[in-house]
Amino acid sequence: MTLYGYPVVAVVSLLAMNLLVVAIFFAVVRLLRGPSLSDRVVALDLVGVLAVGMISVHAVFTGQPMLLRVAILLALVAFVGTVAFAFFLEKRGRE
Amino acid sequence: MTSTILRSSTRYLFPVIALFSIFLLLRGHDEPGGGFVGGLLAALCFALYALADSVEAARRLLRVEEQQLIGMGLLLAACSGLPGLLAGEPFLTTYWTEQWVIPTVGKLKLGTPLLFDVGVYLTVVGVVLMILFPLAEE
Repeated sequence: MTLYGYPVVAVVSLLAMNLLVVAIFFAVVRLLRGPSLSDRVVALDLVGVLAVGMISVHAVFTGQPMLLRVAILLALVAFVGTVAFAFFLEKRGRE
Repeated sequence: MTSTILRSSTRYLFPVIALFSIFLLLRGHDEPGGGFVGGLLAALCFALYALADSVEAARRLLRVEEQQLIGMGLLLAACSGLPGLLAGEPFLTTYWTEQWVIPTVGKLKLGTPLLFDVGVYLTVVGVVLMILFPLAEE
């Protein structure tokens, strides 16, 4: 299938990548400005999730299933990182 | 910290992460992955267990001391070099078995690099947990 003479997969993944770049820009803005530490932690988690999305889109674009393994790994690490942040935030709040 | 959601989700996530780490370890020689990444991931699932439950529970799950893991890993990695030395070749010369085809499972090929990778895996698990457990205990 083609769209304006280009393969549909290429057009769609380019569009998705652009949207992800815009999303990651706003997430980084929140990460830098975030009034409280909790806002920053949530923004960091969002950046991680968006990076997973970018890797997945790139895997589709290049047709490399190997990259999906990197995406799984990054998702797991980002999840445990967020849990650890929440753990230390709660600990700090109690003292 | 006691969170019911985290504790019950850890119960399902733990085996999945452990399986993925072993998958990365075994695929490592021919494809991206290997002992280091697999070991990091295995340490990660123990860290998740320690966060969801307690460090003592994670230590009990690990069964052995972290130092023992590091020692075992280094011993295995060093042992993987011995066959080459015994055969009069340079240290760490690799030897592979024939490629066996196991029905319904796939192709299996064993060799000294796998032993080396298992050694790296155990060492990385031990080192990372030695860093993380005291940090979580504070």
